[in-house]
Amino acid sequence: MKIKAADAIIKCLEQENVNVIFGYPGGAVLPLYEALRNSNIKHVLVRQEQSAAHMASGYGRALNTVGVCMATSGPGATNLITGIATAYMDSIPLVVITGQVNSNTIGRDIFQEADIIGATQSFTKNSYLVKDAKELPRIFKEAFFIASTGRMGPVLIDIPRDIQEFLIEFEYPKEVNIRGYKPTLSGNTRQVKRAVDLINKCKQPVICVGGGIRAANATKELEHFVQKSKIPVVCTLMGGDAFPNDSEYFAGLLGSHGYNFVNRMMNDADLLIVIGARFADRSTSMMKKENKNQNVIHIDIDPAEIGKNVAVQIPIVGDAKEILNCLLEHDFNVNDEHWLKEIQESRKVFLKKMFEPDTTLNPKSLIYKLSEKMGKDGIWVADVGINQIWAAHSFKVNESKRFFTSGGLGTMGYSLPASIGVKMALPETTVVASMGDGGFQMLLSDLATARMNNVGVKFIVFNNSNLGMVRELQKNTYDENSYFGISLSFNPDFMKLAEAYSIKHLKISKDDEVEYAISEMLKDNEPFLLECIVDPDIPSVPRLGGKRHE
Amino acid sequence: MNKRVILSILVENYSGTLSKVSGLFTRRGYNIDSLNVAETQDPKISRITVAVTGDSYIIEQITKQLHKLINVIKITTLSEETSVQKELMMIKVSAVGNKRSEIMQIVDIFKANISYVNNKNMIVVITGSEDKNNAFLEMLKPYGIVEMTRTGPTALERC
Repeated sequence: MKIKAADAIIKCLEQENVNVIFGYPGGAVLPLYEALRNSNIKHVLVRQEQSAAHMASGYGRALNTVGVCMATSGPGATNLITGIATAYMDSIPLVVITGQVNSNTIGRDIFQEADIIGATQSFTKNSYLVKDAKELPRIFKEAFFIASTGRMGPVLIDIPRDIQEFLIEFEYPKEVNIRGYKPTLSGNTRQVKRAVDLINKCKQPVICVGGGIRAANATKELEHFVQKSKIPVVCTLMGGDAFPNDSEYFAGLLGSHGYNFVNRMMNDADLLIVIGARFADRSTSMMKKENKNQNVIHIDIDPAEIGKNVAVQIPIVGDAKEILNCLLEHDFNVNDEHWLKEIQESRKVFLKKMFEPDTTLNPKSLIYKLSEKMGKDGIWVADVGINQIWAAHSFKVNESKRFFTSGGLGTMGYSLPASIGVKMALPETTVVASMGDGGFQMLLSDLATARMNNVGVKFIVFNNSNLGMVRELQKNTYDENSYFGISLSFNPDFMKLAEAYSIKHLKISKDDEVEYAISEMLKDNEPFLLECIVDPDIPSVPRLGGKRHE
Repeated sequence: MNKRVILSILVENYSGTLSKVSGLFTRRGYNIDSLNVAETQDPKISRITVAVTGDSYIIEQITKQLHKLINVIKITTLSEETSVQKELMMIKVSAVGNKRSEIMQIVDIFKANISYVNNKNMIVVITGSEDKNNAFLEMLKPYGIVEMTRTGPTALERC
C-alpha cells in the first residue's frame, strides 16, 4: 500500500526511535507538519530556528542519541546554520530536516528559496537533496547511521515540498551499505604495541583527553588506564567532563585559557598521549612549535585529525573505548610519582587563587558550590566567553556529571537552548546553564519555550554589563584604553524579563548571598533565572604571577 | 617541498558529489591545477581526476579530508612512473595561405589531428603528456593562436 512521503518520513523517524523534534513550521514543511500532527512524536516549537538546532544537540548529547530538528525553506533553513556548524565542530550527531521549494522551481529564486545544501556543505558530515520520494527511506536510514557512527556530526536532509506529497511504498531498510563509508573502530594492534613500548620507555608522559572520550563512552576505560599507568591527565575544553577533576591524576585544562602549570607540563613531557582530541589552536597555542624531546601518540577516530596540527610519531585510528581496552591488556611501568606531587601542589595553589574573594561575588566559587550540590548526575551547560572559562575551571566533575559547551565554534547563545534540550531529555536531572549577559541576550526568546514546556533549567546570568572575553582580549592585546564595542551599558532589567516570562528569579551580587541563591534555585524543578552581578575585571584565568602568554 | 600529484578519486555518482569534492579544495585553501570527471563503466560510479600541487603535508591532508566525504569510495595518488597520464588539447590556430601546409607538417610530427579547417583557421587536436602538448603549443604560437582549451591530465594506474 502506498503512503504519502511525509507520512513515510515520520515512519522513518519512528523506526529510528525519535521521540522529540525541535522545530519551526513554514510553508515548505506543511505536509511534514501535518504528518507529524498525526504521530506520537513530540514537537517542540522554538522561537528561533538556531535554538532548534542547539536544543536537538543538547537533547541528543544527554541521551547519547541523534538529535532531530526541522525548519522550513529559506530563512528557516538559514537560521539553523549556526546551530549546525556548532554541532559539526564539536562532533555532535544531528539529523536536520529542512523543507525546500517545489522541485520544479528550484533555482528560480522563488519565495523562501535558499540553497541550504550549498550553504552548509562545509559543516555537515553529509547532506541530501531529495529528488525522488522513493529514496526517502534509504536516505533517512543512511543519515542516522552516518550522523551517529565514526566521527559523529550533523547530516542535513533537504526535502522539496512536492516530494513530501508523493505516494510511495514504505519499507525501511534494515541495513546501510555505503561503499565509501566504513569507519575504523578497532585500533591497529601493532600500533597499540608500539605505543605501549613507547609509554614504558618514557619518563614524563602526559595524557591529553578531548571530547572523543565521552563520544566513545569511554570514561571508565580512561579511568582504568590512568590508574594502571599512573600517568597524569590534562583536558581540552571538550574533554572537560572526560575525567574526574578531583582525581589526584588530574592536572587541569590546557591551552590558551588553561593555566601555566598544565601548559608547562605539555612542554616538558617527553610523551603526549592524545586521546579523542583534535589538538586545535586553542589547545596547542602555548606549546613549543618544535619539541625534539617529545613524542606524540595520537588516538582518534578521524584519521584526518591525526598529524593535522601536531606531528605524530604513533597514530592510532579508532574508537577511544576499543583502543583504551587494547591498551589495558598491557602492563605499564611509568615512574611519574614526582610529577604527581607537583601537580597536586600546583593545582591547590591555582584553585586557592581562583576561589579568593573578588571585588564582587566570585562567579567561580558559585559554580563550584553549585556543582557540588547539583547531584551526582547533574549537567552543566556553559555558554561562550569569559564565563565559559570560569565554568570549565571551576565545575566539579565527579561521578557521572556532565559538562557541555560549544568548544569548537564558540557559539555565544548556545547554552540557553542547549540546556533546554538537555533538560527535556532528562527531566529529573539538575541542569544548569551559565552564561554572560551578552550570550543570554542572543537567544533569550527561548525562555518562552522553557516556560511553555515546563522545562526546569536553572539559568545563571553573570552580568558584568560587558562582553567580558573580548574586553579581556582588547586589554591583553592593546591596553586598558582600547576598550571598544564591548560595553552593554544598557541592559534590560533581567528580573522584570524573567517575570514577563513567568520564570522565578533572583539577583545577587555578594558572596554571602550565594548559599541562599543555590538553595532557592534547587528548591523545585521549575525554571529559574539567577542574575549575578560581577566585576568586569575578573579575569578568565587567575594570574599566578608572570605573563600568561609566554 | 612542493610537488605535483594526480589524485584519482572514485565517487558515488550522486548529484552534488562533484561540488562537495571541489568545494573541499576551496574551503581548505588547496589549489586545483585541473580537474576532470566522467562516469566509469559502472554508471553509479564516476572518476574524478584532480591535479594538485603542494608539499607532502598538504597532499596528505587533501587525501584524508577527501576520504571523509561520504560519497568518496577510493583515492589513488598517481605519479608519472606508476600511471599513464594523458591530456587533450584543442587549438584554433590562424592558418592562411601557405602557412596551412607548414602547420600540417608540425601536426604530423606531433601526431596531432586536424579536426576542422576553413580559409582563416584550423582546429587541431592533440592527445599526449603535458610536456608534449606544451611543446606543440610553442610550435604553433608563431602562427597566431585564436583560442584554445586543454583538459588537464587524466590518468590510469599501470598494473
